Amino acid sequence: MKRNGGHEPILSVRDVVFAFESGRVLNGVSLAIDAGDFAILLGQNGSGKSTLVKVALGLLEPVSGSAMLFGLPSRDPRAREPVGYVPQRAAISSRVPATVAEVVLTGRAHGSPFGVFGRADRAATATALERVGLAHLAGRRIGELSGGEQQRILIARALVSDPQLLVLDEPTAGVDKASQQRFAETLRDLNASGVTILMVAHDVGPVGPYLTRVVALHQGHLDEIPLEEVREQIGMFVEDHPGGHR
Amino acid sequence: MTFFELFWMSVVAGAAVGAAAPSIGTFVVQKRLSLIGDGIGHVAFAGVAFALWLDVSPLAAALTFAVLGAIGIDAMRRRSPEEADMGLALFFYGSIAMGVVVAQLGGSLNAGLLGILFGQVLTITTGELITIAVLAVFILGVVAGTYRGLVAVAIDEEAAVVRGLPVGALNAGLMLLTALTIGVGMRVVGILLIAAMMVLPVGIARNVVRSFKATLVTASAIGAGCAVAGIAVAYVLDTAPSGTIVLMAVAAYLVSDAFRLARRSLARGRAA
Repeated sequence: MKRNGGHEPILSVRDVVFAFESGRVLNGVSLAIDAGDFAILLGQNGSGKSTLVKVALGLLEPVSGSAMLFGLPSRDPRAREPVGYVPQRAAISSRVPATVAEVVLTGRAHGSPFGVFGRADRAATATALERVGLAHLAGRRIGELSGGEQQRILIARALVSDPQLLVLDEPTAGVDKASQQRFAETLRDLNASGVTILMVAHDVGPVGPYLTRVVALHQGHLDEIPLEEVREQIGMFVEDHPGGHR
Repeated sequence: MTFFELFWMSVVAGAAVGAAAPSIGTFVVQKRLSLIGDGIGHVAFAGVAFALWLDVSPLAAALTFAVLGAIGIDAMRRRSPEEADMGLALFFYGSIAMGVVVAQLGGSLNAGLLGILFGQVLTITTGELITIAVLAVFILGVVAGTYRGLVAVAIDEEAAVVRGLPVGALNAGLMLLTALTIGVGMRVVGILLIAAMMVLPVGIARNVVRSFKATLVTASAIGAGCAVAGIAVAYVLDTAPSGTIVLMAVAAYLVSDAFRLARRSLARGRAA
């Protein structure tokens, strides 16, 4: 699949069909994400957004169709090495015995499970926490943080290995408005620094002004929504946030 | 002769098991599998019953059955997670029932079996001590050598899969280490109480330290401390060592929980 002047997309799914026991959720879906994109995948609950992302990341095997990451089949673990992933989740329990720094540090565990974390891993962790503005919380237990702070910590974990592609599955679910805005600005800065972003959400929300692509999943099919249409709908918001991408 | 001169082998064996069991328990508890050690212990009991019937080494048989049980349990959990609960119950109760039947057939359903169920640390032999020490060092070594992967999977399994970690192999390895821990702990606290030594020190450590690594190290130190103190108290009070060891851990947990609640109240008071 070639887009944007013949460049190979860094993430692509082609004619993907996926079904659970209850029925088909993806019905011949194709999607390609290019380097530099800040794309959002919209859809209602149960529309198959998370399923599509998991197929794209090689975590689920489709009935038919293909998924590629960085030119390799997504099921190949090497294909996921340049990917940072922020999963959909509820708040982490305060009983989880791990500090913020430890959670971020686990993002440095790629491929091989052997060994302990070293000085370079700890330095990368400190840098990732600074990038999301939460370096001062490094020693706190992850469960003691607010939902918004936890999501930014999970982004730091995804960033700690300098990914080329950041995939976020409903990262602001249950997060207050103020935190969502800070979160959107963090993503804008990351995208501006060269990180490609694919985010799954119910609605565009505060990231609207910064998006370069909007796609929506409905009844197993994917539609590209013109950016102009989205911008019209969030016009007031864009005027309030002139720093957004145009 | 002093207590240590009389029972140094028991103390060393207790400390080895006390340190090794929570090092596995730290990961098992985090994965919400606290009772898995108990279940594998039931399977090991069936192995011991067969060993007594066939007159082979109970420790070797317990280890073999525990490892096979761990492999079976892991396969069952992976194949049908929704049915895992009932499947595990069948596995565990079927094993202990089989153990009782085989023990009765072999004529070993007597007081001697209590030593397997609840440990006999004061009568440990040199050969058993060497086996326990080697296996405990092996368990601690594997945990240290694969800490990077184990902690990543324990904190967030889905994210670990995305990063290309061999999550299935790490989970299977953890089950095998759990099985080894059951075998190692059999002579010290017995098949029915070894799970307590995997879980309780972790609960204590979680109440007093903040990080995962500190939880692991502190839990191992607490486990070893409870084992040594429990053996000494059992000697002085003439009580059952295994029960005394576990009761020490239960008491330490209650104290640590009171400490945690007091610390939380203090923090809330300061914030108000």
